Amino acid sequence: MEYVIEMLKIRKEFPGIVANDDITLRVQKGEIHALLGENGAGKSTLMNVLFGLYQPEQGEIKVRGEQVKITDPNTANAHGIGMVHQHFMLVDTFTVTENIILGSEPKKGGTVDIKKAEKQVAELSEQYGLNVDPSAKIRDISVGMQQRVEILKTLYRGADILIFDEPTAVLTPQEIKELIEIMNNLVKEGKSIILITHKLKEIMEVCDRCTVIRKGRGIGTVDVSETTPDQLAALMVGRDVSFSTEKTAAQPNEVYLSIKDLHVKDGRGVDMVKGLNLDVRSGEIVGIAGVDGNGQSELIEAVTGLRKSESGTIHLHEKVISNLTPRKVTQSGVSHIPQDRHKFGLVLDFPIGENMVLQTYYDEPFSKKGVMNFKNIYEKASDLIQEYDVRTPDAYTKARALSGGNQQKAIIGREVDRSPDLIIAAQPTRGLDVGAIEFIHKKLIEERDKGRAILLLSFELDEIMNVSDRIAVMFDGSIIREVAPEGTNEQELGLLMAGNTGQKAGGV
Amino acid sequence: MFSNRMINILIPVLSVILGLVAGAVIMLVFGYNPLDGFAALWKGAFGDSYFFGETIRQVTPYILSGLAVAFALRSGLLNIGVEGQVFVGWLASVWIGISFELPMVVHLPLAITAAAFAGAAWGFIPGLLKAKLGVHEVIVTIMMNYIALYVSNAVIRSLLTDGADRTENIAATASLKSEWLAEMTFYSRIHYGFIIAIAMAVVMWFILNRTTKGFELRAVGFNQHASNYAGMNVGRNIITAMVISGAFAGLAGAMEGLGTFGFMSIKSGFTNIGFDGIAVALLGANTAVGVVLAAFLFGILKIGALNMPTEAGVPTELVEIIIALIIFFVASSYMIRWVLLRFKKEGK
Repeated sequence: MEYVIEMLKIRKEFPGIVANDDITLRVQKGEIHALLGENGAGKSTLMNVLFGLYQPEQGEIKVRGEQVKITDPNTANAHGIGMVHQHFMLVDTFTVTENIILGSEPKKGGTVDIKKAEKQVAELSEQYGLNVDPSAKIRDISVGMQQRVEILKTLYRGADILIFDEPTAVLTPQEIKELIEIMNNLVKEGKSIILITHKLKEIMEVCDRCTVIRKGRGIGTVDVSETTPDQLAALMVGRDVSFSTEKTAAQPNEVYLSIKDLHVKDGRGVDMVKGLNLDVRSGEIVGIAGVDGNGQSELIEAVTGLRKSESGTIHLHEKVISNLTPRKVTQSGVSHIPQDRHKFGLVLDFPIGENMVLQTYYDEPFSKKGVMNFKNIYEKASDLIQEYDVRTPDAYTKARALSGGNQQKAIIGREVDRSPDLIIAAQPTRGLDVGAIEFIHKKLIEERDKGRAILLLSFELDEIMNVSDRIAVMFDGSIIREVAPEGTNEQELGLLMAGNTGQKAGGV
Repeated sequence: MFSNRMINILIPVLSVILGLVAGAVIMLVFGYNPLDGFAALWKGAFGDSYFFGETIRQVTPYILSGLAVAFALRSGLLNIGVEGQVFVGWLASVWIGISFELPMVVHLPLAITAAAFAGAAWGFIPGLLKAKLGVHEVIVTIMMNYIALYVSNAVIRSLLTDGADRTENIAATASLKSEWLAEMTFYSRIHYGFIIAIAMAVVMWFILNRTTKGFELRAVGFNQHASNYAGMNVGRNIITAMVISGAFAGLAGAMEGLGTFGFMSIKSGFTNIGFDGIAVALLGANTAVGVVLAAFLFGILKIGALNMPTEAGVPTELVEIIIALIIFFVASSYMIRWVLLRFKKEGK
């Protein structure tokens, strides 16, 4: 059997932690090899070792059977290893070709031979079915296209081992499908791919073999055709995980949140929400499905008081909450798990304990007559940290130092603990691993069963279908169809999300 | 190798040491004995009780202007306008000091309060513009500095006097001067203002670390989006931060008006109390205790340096360069942090 990459017994330490301990990864020529692990398991560290950004303390690396020492990314490139980063490294105002040749420009006399470069890029693009316009500006093309430019960048530099770092995190379902096709094309042309991911579905769909890492240790490598998602999840987390979220049928009661003919503009004054109507009842989870940028963010910001609504009304029970301040909205009984937990959810430089009282600090028992009572604050925080299993050394640790999953658990603890009538959860599991996702879904359903109304916004169709009791598809600023999760499928939702209502849909 | 806390203490200490070393090198290059130079500096600051009194006198406004800058920075604002707020505070205190005849228990607090209010008002304007229109506070405060300078001059010339270039002396009932402190220090210009400065450091610590308002100010300073999400009024907090910062700066002006000088004269340029406050705040890592310590260092350097030309023959210009170097290393603490972190990485 021929291996293009062998990483043998790799060990990498950072002060206080062993990030990689005795991990072995062997990639065969022409395969798509998944590297699976929870957040913080050590996937990125291992790949950074392979890409020359870190030096391992122990272990050896072989490329095509030859032992090599990779000291920096340039050496990695020279060995034919290329990385498609999760966060694209592209110059917005440059064309596709200019971005691709940046750093290794073909020269003619003293000038860049852009014609020749464009031709090369066009050829590469055609060979692998990438369908990229070499002369388009980066800022004018979609995220999916930008990712292809990143792929082309590695191909142009002669890579035949490609590392994809969580490539689907930023893509729409359609784009994911296309990416999978591209990956298959690459392998057909003799390339090998390492796919870093924690999405089991993708592994089952495209990968040949899968190496699992847990808490810095290599757990083993399995043939994907001989395993199941449940087995993979159990390997990754170290215990059995339930995926299809278990829940009883919803028992919707009276209407808690009622939105009527709502209009909202975005920061540039463009109409984003256009005459939206939506009801959420006590004891049900309503999921909003839709492609990003169809007004979802503006809708949620309007409901939570972060954005002005132009017209229409938002009622919570009998009370009008449109255009109240965020504090008034919070006091009316609304909790908000924000889409961007770093920007909105937390003050990262505050201790996690003080983040736990971000909305309630001004009230007893956390303060009295304007003077903070830190003893009560940290007591409360410690309780929440325990109850919501937030892994942190203590409540005095800065929020910044926590992993994404634990930050999110802290936010959810804080928001749920206020016993709100309405919980707005915007992408509550974005970027989290299976264990944390399971926990958060369970919590949301628990709260539903306590009779709260829950509005869930997610770009992950799986999440919408699994957790919601009712799905409202949002397109171009309004709800174009409401469907029951059991009466629909991904394909139908995909069409609805694209604004196509012609197809017969299982209505509610 | 280093904990974060240790790094935060190490950086200012290293900055000062590096500045002193660089100063020593410069003295050597120009043929002066650095040991004599620094000995003269030390003597100039602590050599006898007069110098000591003068050092304390110099430290007093530095503490307050440092607190002003630090308070704004902790709330996420860069108040370059401390200089101007010092001017209006000085002017207001002297104005009250020369215009009324009142018993001391009323007159002195009134003059001090007026200074704080004047500084606060001068801080309110850039705060309001930032909160309502998003105008950057640095630009507005720089312009407010010039307005303060020339308005003060105009008021002294046309309102407080008849074309003279300084006001009369303030009434004794508005003065911070202390007979027995002066006597103890061979008639240095030390005054009671020192107590006010230390008290204000405690006030700043209390507001920022113990009150709900301080919690909001710090939250807004770190992350306006999250503060808004949490229901805090971001705009109002920005204004509050600038007003409190300006009040501290105004008090620094009162120290000069009611303590050191007892009058205000027409100025051709800035006093630099406010600008030095930026360096004091940076060196003090924007904490109350740090600012007090850093203000001491600056006071010692300023007063001690006066002795260097006479005793060690080091020319005044070189002394200025040495002080500037220390400030340079303080300001470039970013660089030192970078080196320390690099050591930390390699120590892994």
